[in-house]
Amino acid sequence: MNESRRALVVLAPGPLTTVQDLGRRRHGHLGVGRSGAADRGALRLANRLLANPEDAACLEVTLGGLRARATGDLLVALTGAPCPAIVTDAEGRPRGIGHASVERLPDGATLRLGVPPRGLRTYLAVRGGIDVPEVLGSRATDLLSGLGPERPAPGSVLPVGPAPADFPVADLAPVPQPESGVLTLAVIPGPRHDWFTPEALTALCAEPYEVTAHSDRVGMRLRGPRLERAREGELPSEGMVPGALQVPPSGQPTLFLADHPVTGGYPVIAVLRDADVDRAAQARPGQRVRFRLTAGVRVAGG
Amino acid sequence: MNARLHRCGEHAVLVELDRLEEVVALYDALAADPPPGVVGIVPAARTVLVRFEPPARHAMVESAILAVRPAGGRRATADEVVIPVVYDGADLADVAALTGLTEREVVAVHTGTLWTVAFCGFAPGFGYLIGGGPRLAVPRRPESRVRVPTGAVGLAGEFSGVYPRESPGGWQLIGRTETAVWDIAADPPALLRPGVRVRFTEES
Repeated sequence: MNESRRALVVLAPGPLTTVQDLGRRRHGHLGVGRSGAADRGALRLANRLLANPEDAACLEVTLGGLRARATGDLLVALTGAPCPAIVTDAEGRPRGIGHASVERLPDGATLRLGVPPRGLRTYLAVRGGIDVPEVLGSRATDLLSGLGPERPAPGSVLPVGPAPADFPVADLAPVPQPESGVLTLAVIPGPRHDWFTPEALTALCAEPYEVTAHSDRVGMRLRGPRLERAREGELPSEGMVPGALQVPPSGQPTLFLADHPVTGGYPVIAVLRDADVDRAAQARPGQRVRFRLTAGVRVAGG
Repeated sequence: MNARLHRCGEHAVLVELDRLEEVVALYDALAADPPPGVVGIVPAARTVLVRFEPPARHAMVESAILAVRPAGGRRATADEVVIPVVYDGADLADVAALTGLTEREVVAVHTGTLWTVAFCGFAPGFGYLIGGGPRLAVPRRPESRVRVPTGAVGLAGEFSGVYPRESPGGWQLIGRTETAVWDIAADPPALLRPGVRVRFTEES
């Protein structure tokens, strides 16, 4: 088989599957967000397992449901939310494959992902990477701005790039599973915590918030203690970062994820630590999250 | 320059300034000579967000920002573009009423102003143009439109802008242009980048 013709053929994408890498850097001043994997650590790990460059493009599969067939012999790895994964070979023989391990997907075999019992987003990496055309230096699909490759649909053929020169050095990576209970996320106050009452930061960290169904790659809308403003008036739009907790007039925070808007007009009371943005991206609707001030930070007025 | 620094998570600093002109000047200076480790500079109405990556740290980046001495005056290297507009926007009459000008005077001020892109946002390639001053300052529409067509030319606050693609929007629409302000096949893809000067001309 000519290596340049290797591909993944999507049979069913499940609820939401997108192509993602580590996103677009250095285009924020043009109004272009970074986008990229919601759980960047999981995408990096999947690529490392296959000896791909860490930023190779993978599939981000939300709540499972993906079915895809291999054209040519492929090596794959699944990371992020563990889900039942069955490979059925061209002769119709099924076998389960592992999580965070290097697995073979022979020519003509079909991979089927079930619904993950915990966590939200599973990453499917292919040795060589998904080789769809880049847009502004990235293969990430930005669902807010509409940039990047189309969402895979039944019949989509996703070409696989040439295998890297290096070989995989480990068969599997022992990594912690996404947590299923209350998720504790570390936050750093600011940049606009002074727009809120001194009690608001205390309230933010006192009781857990529920992840609502109004959550996607742009952000998670949370339901919980109301955060009261200390000053009225409009905030002129300003630059936003992933992990920002933006608070609209409702007092209920929105936690920005990978496809967040480049600028926003509501004050940000606190920002998650970088590592916890990945963990937050695995929180499911209905799950609860508790915020904890980063060690060494004093609560104003508390 | 009275710059107030707000830390924004582990890897960004939000620099707050008093005036948009200071934002433009600081953005120009930082973009021309970015401090080590800086991977993104996002100017907005009163702020510049500076994002960095390790091994850069807050203290290093903050001191680099405070050391910047923005050059005064107009940007020497700025590109200038001409955008022909058909002034038949759905809100032209409302803009005239809100500004106390006639429709023809609105067009005359809009075409008679040398606009400058202060910053981008809202959508890829959407530039916030300044320079019209208070004469054309109007509030956003009370209700946002679900669908504003590609190329619509609008006003809101002290800004003018051109919609890069069809999207929802709440700006007062005064006209339309055929000029593509966003083309991902172009390099750079945005016609209206921070610092670019814009002159609108009337096309009938």
